[in-house]
Amino acid sequence: METLQKIATPVLAVVLFLVAWEALVWVNDWPNYKMASPSDLPPAFWKFRWLFLEMGWQTLWRTVLGLGLAVLFGTLIGMIMGFSRIARDGLYPLLVGFNAIPKATLVPVISLIFIGQHDFNTVLMAFLISFFPIAVSVGIGLSTLEPEYRDILRSLGASRFTIFRKIALPKTLPEFFGALKVSVTLAFIGTNLVEIVAPHGRGLGALFKSGETNGDYPLMFAVLIALAALGILLYYAVLVLERIFAGWAERPQS
Amino acid sequence: MANLIDIKGVTHAYRTKSGPLPVLDNLNIAVPEGEFAAVVGPSGCGKSTLTRLVAGLMKPDRGEVWLHGERVTSPRKTVGMAFQNPVLLEWRSILENVILPLEIVAPRMQQKDRESRAMHLLEMVGLKGFEAKRPSELSGGMRQRASLCRAIVHKPDVLIMDEPFGALDNFTREDLWQTMRDLRAAEPFTCVLITHDLRESVFLGDQVFVLSGRPARTQMVLPVDLPADRTLDILYQPKAQEMLHTLRDQIRIAQGRDGDAH
Repeated sequence: METLQKIATPVLAVVLFLVAWEALVWVNDWPNYKMASPSDLPPAFWKFRWLFLEMGWQTLWRTVLGLGLAVLFGTLIGMIMGFSRIARDGLYPLLVGFNAIPKATLVPVISLIFIGQHDFNTVLMAFLISFFPIAVSVGIGLSTLEPEYRDILRSLGASRFTIFRKIALPKTLPEFFGALKVSVTLAFIGTNLVEIVAPHGRGLGALFKSGETNGDYPLMFAVLIALAALGILLYYAVLVLERIFAGWAERPQS
Repeated sequence: MANLIDIKGVTHAYRTKSGPLPVLDNLNIAVPEGEFAAVVGPSGCGKSTLTRLVAGLMKPDRGEVWLHGERVTSPRKTVGMAFQNPVLLEWRSILENVILPLEIVAPRMQQKDRESRAMHLLEMVGLKGFEAKRPSELSGGMRQRASLCRAIVHKPDVLIMDEPFGALDNFTREDLWQTMRDLRAAEPFTCVLITHDLRESVFLGDQVFVLSGRPARTQMVLPVDLPADRTLDILYQPKAQEMLHTLRDQIRIAQGRDGDAH
C-alpha cells in the first residue's frame, strides 16, 4: 500500500500537470506555433527519433565530461583553499568575481578564442559554469574541520595526507554531493548555451535552435522535455553515488 | 622510579591582536610511571594548552616536556587522546572507529588482530553488541566509552584526557569513572586527566594538581591517599571529604577570592 502510494502520487501529479497544460492550450484555442500542447509531443519525438538519440547523446557526454572536469578542478581548488589560508585569501575574490560574470557573455569570447572547436567549447563551458559550487563547498568543508578531529591523528604522528584521506575527505563528502547536485543542473545550462548560440552546433541545443528556425514549435517543446529527462537522469545518478559514498550522513529515522 | 611525564618550568603565551596572552607560567608537573594525575583549575587557565603540549602538538615558549626520558618536540605514536567531544567518525562503525589509531601506528598489523584487540576493549567498557552500530545510534555516554577505547587501543604509555566526561550527566559520569578505574587495572598506562570536577579528580587521581588562574602555575599538589580499588562510596567518607574541602579552598584561591568568601 505504501509503495503503491509512493509511486502513484508522483505519477498522478505528472498526469495532472499534462492535463492542465493540454486544457490551457485547448481553452485558449492556441495554435501550435504559439504554444504546443502535450498531445503534439509524441509525434514530434517520433518524427525526429534518430536525431533525438544522436543529439541527446552529444549533449549528455559533453555535460558529463564538463562536470567530471569540474569535479577534479573544483576539488583541487577547494583543497588548496581548505588547507592554506593565504591561498584562500588570494583565490576567494577571484572565484567570486568569476562566478559573478553571467556565463552567457563568455560564449562569444570562447567561440572566438577556440574557433570551430565545437566539442571543446561546449565541454569548456559546462566545466566553467559548474566548478564553482564544488570548489567552495570542498574548501569550506575542509577549513571548518574541527581541530580535535585532526589532533586525534596528528598526535599519532600521521602525515597531512593520511589525515586528509582518513578524515577530511570523507567528512567533506556530504557537502561535496550537495554541491554536485547544483553543478549537474549548471553544467546542462553551460552545454546548451553553446549548443544554441554556436552556428552549425550539435546537441539538443542545436536541435532546439533548428526547431525555432523552422517554426516547428512541437519540436522545440519536445527538446525541452528531453532536456528535462536528461537532467533528471543525471541528478538521480548523483543521488545514487551519494547514497553509496555518503549514505552515513543520513540520520537513521526513528 | 623515574617520572614518565615530566613537565619542567613550562611557560607559554598565545599571540593575540592585543599583545601576548600568557596562559602557562613556569608550570611543573611530574607523573611517575603508571600513575594517574588529575589536573584541576579555574576555567580558561590553560589546561587544554597543557594537553596539546604533552601530546607534542605544539611547543612551549620556554621550559621542557619529557616523556619516558625523551624530550617531546613533535607528536609521538605512544600517546592516546580523549576529548570532551568524543569526535567519532560518523562514516565508520564503532569497531572501525576504535581501530583507527592502529591503522596509523601499526600499518602492518593484521586486520583480524586489530579487530580482536578492539573487541576486547569494547567488551571491557560494556559495548559488546554495539560494535557494528554507527556513532549516531549510540548515547553520549556510550560514545564516550568508544572514544576511550580508541584512545588506548594502540597501548599508549600516556593517556591524555581533556574533560572527557564534562558533557555527560552525573550518573553516566560516575559510571564512566568506574569504567576508567577498571581499564586502568587491566591496561597499564600513565594518565593525565584535565577536569573541572573535584570529585572526579579525587576518585580517579593518584595526585591532584591544582593550577592557579591564568597564567597557570602549579599552585598545589595533593596526593590522593586512597586504595586503588575505590568505589563511589569512598567519596562520602571523611578522608575524601577532607580532600574535597582542601581542593575547593584551593580553587577559590586560584580564582582570586580568599578562603572565606562564598
